[in-house]
Amino acid sequence: MKVEVKEGQDVRKLVRGLVKEKGYEKAELIPILQDINTQLGYISDEAIQELSELMNIPSSHIYSVATFYRMLSTEPRGRHVIQFCESAPCHVAGGRVVWQKLQEELGLENGETSDDEKWTLITTSCLGVCGVGPVLVVDHDIYGNITPDQVPGILSNYE
Amino acid sequence: MAYFRSHVLVSVDPKCIEMGAFELMGALQDELVKQGLVDEVEVLETSRIGDPETSAPDMIVYPEGVHYTNLSIEDIPFLVEEQFIKGRVAAQYAREIKEVSDEELSAAQAKEMRIVLENIGTVIPLNVEEYIAHDGYMALGKVLTEMTPVETIQEVLDSGLRGRGGAGFSTGLKWRFLRNAEGDPKYMICNADEGDPGAFANRRVLEGYPHSVVEGMIIGAYATGASQGYVYCRAEYPVAVKTIRTAIQQTKDLGLLGENILGTDFSFDLEVRMGAGAFVCGEETALMASIEGLRGEPRPRPPFPAQKGLWGKPSNINNVETFSIVPQIILKGAEWFASLGYKKSTGTKTFSMAGDVKNTGLIEVPFGITLREIIYDVGGGIKDDKKFKAVQTGGPMGGCLPEALLDLPMDYEALDQAGSILGSGGLVVMDEGTCMVDIARFFMEFTQEESCGKCTPCRIGTRRLLEILTRICEGKGKPEDILTLRYLCEQINENSLCGLGKGAPNPVKSTLEHFLDEYEAHIYEKRCPAKVCKTLIRFEIIDGLCTGCTLCARNCPVDAISGERRQLHVIDPDICIQCGICEQLCPYDAIEIR
Repeated sequence: MKVEVKEGQDVRKLVRGLVKEKGYEKAELIPILQDINTQLGYISDEAIQELSELMNIPSSHIYSVATFYRMLSTEPRGRHVIQFCESAPCHVAGGRVVWQKLQEELGLENGETSDDEKWTLITTSCLGVCGVGPVLVVDHDIYGNITPDQVPGILSNYE
Repeated sequence: MAYFRSHVLVSVDPKCIEMGAFELMGALQDELVKQGLVDEVEVLETSRIGDPETSAPDMIVYPEGVHYTNLSIEDIPFLVEEQFIKGRVAAQYAREIKEVSDEELSAAQAKEMRIVLENIGTVIPLNVEEYIAHDGYMALGKVLTEMTPVETIQEVLDSGLRGRGGAGFSTGLKWRFLRNAEGDPKYMICNADEGDPGAFANRRVLEGYPHSVVEGMIIGAYATGASQGYVYCRAEYPVAVKTIRTAIQQTKDLGLLGENILGTDFSFDLEVRMGAGAFVCGEETALMASIEGLRGEPRPRPPFPAQKGLWGKPSNINNVETFSIVPQIILKGAEWFASLGYKKSTGTKTFSMAGDVKNTGLIEVPFGITLREIIYDVGGGIKDDKKFKAVQTGGPMGGCLPEALLDLPMDYEALDQAGSILGSGGLVVMDEGTCMVDIARFFMEFTQEESCGKCTPCRIGTRRLLEILTRICEGKGKPEDILTLRYLCEQINENSLCGLGKGAPNPVKSTLEHFLDEYEAHIYEKRCPAKVCKTLIRFEIIDGLCTGCTLCARNCPVDAISGERRQLHVIDPDICIQCGICEQLCPYDAIEIR
């Protein structure tokens, strides 16, 4: 998914391409930020600067939007992002022990990225697949009806 | 249009294609030509029918509904002769249709009534012809050719339809406000930001019957004079976003969206906006801010969206489910819809059932049904036949209702009086093993995190509630905490800006009201009656049941368990972290929580 982007010109080029494609109106800011987030893995300061210049929006405003929404990140993330659903239906269905196991197994707490930049562990809002809770998502793969002992097996699927 | 006496659906999923589904279809078509049956029997492609591992390639013959499996090209002449010439089932190839189970949406139970969910799972979502075959876009045709916008609004008003997003405001009235509002352009917005944990009805409607939402929105736009529409869908639903986008494109291609719809002078355009993960964006003013490219923060009302909405222009927001009902009201009439339901809540409502109930998933019931009927008759009762403790309705801002309130007829007003809300129709059922203080704390964790931070009562109040509840769960509760919690609940509810803050105290308020004994046990006796709160429980090994198998000792992550093989083991309470692994593992149930 994620494109390796060198610092400097390439980030700005990516941003310019996106703005050109979507338009310069403020209403396009969030869709553009979403694309940057998907392609870079996060929204870098440089991307914010470039957006600010192109769209004529103060960088403080862009930063305030980028930090408001949970799915946008202003910090670099690992190669694989694990999202764990922390919602009530998953919690009631045994989510808490799975969350503990996940933290133990990875040695990470909520929001942390591993030193080898392999994993980022975050919680997510309800994914709406409550019928099969507890649920966790690795990148784009959804796993349902998880028990703690399945956690190591799931993690081993990823390089 | 040609009429066929029989239809053959050939399964063309990847596995079936690999096993020669297309060759089979070709052979079947050739044989039908040879026998002069092409005008009588139609051959169609369909997605997976049965279990592709064992039955590919396969097909179903309608109207009989016979499922033929493991077919090869050589079988076709015989099959055609038996099935279509002699009119009998070729028994050696026929199998029973294996139901593909849908964990979220099973067949309707006796007390259900399905209007919104009726066709979900049985029609192909993005086959617009199939939607049209189910009377799709007929309601649109009807309003555009036979009804004035004012008559359309009157019809929706007479049906008694109320907002399915939870607030329950009359849809017809809302539409009238927009129609009468001054300003141009006007916007019609669909709130598909279904953020309530445990609610997923909107996702299924968007994924399973997207055209019903599109049609409802076009009718709404015609009635109110809106020229531009937005579907604001949360990014956590990638499939729904894709499906509704495609449905909109299909509708445009058919000339049912865009300029001069169906040759009239009515024009309406529709696009999808995706959220980026903010629960508060389900609140209508926050949602509009998000479409504008701002932080999704709510603003005070009035002015209401009908006066000053998106970009300061008159706007109307309805929920996915509300829109999807509209075409049926237009087709079957306001009287039909108004005859369903209970008191001022007409029609049916979908609920997403989750938690400790046997049948989790989506249901749709008429208003007026009791919670007991929903949980026991439709939901099949409590999992593992445990005892019921509470049900939380309406998502994280809803209250937890006890056994004594289960016979309440469900409608907007009754739930409101009981200290809960209908909300978006989430139902989380909890059994006796749930600690209500822990649950209240858990919901506060959610609202505290999701509070956008704009207004003080919600931002700081929810934080204080969470701190106090956490303390109580950790055994550090003080006697005055109960009063403080009550006072905070009242203040937050009265002074918050939007529905999030106003509803945030409900889980605390309702558990204080119905489960006060649990709070008292935590505070005064430092005891968690449900044995959930970690610092208030301890694990012990029962003498007589323990066989000294060493399984627990070997698996304890902190080496808190000691004991010789075949001897009674002991847990050191000073080391134990109450993780519960030993209790889960013990084959002799020798570990007790006290």
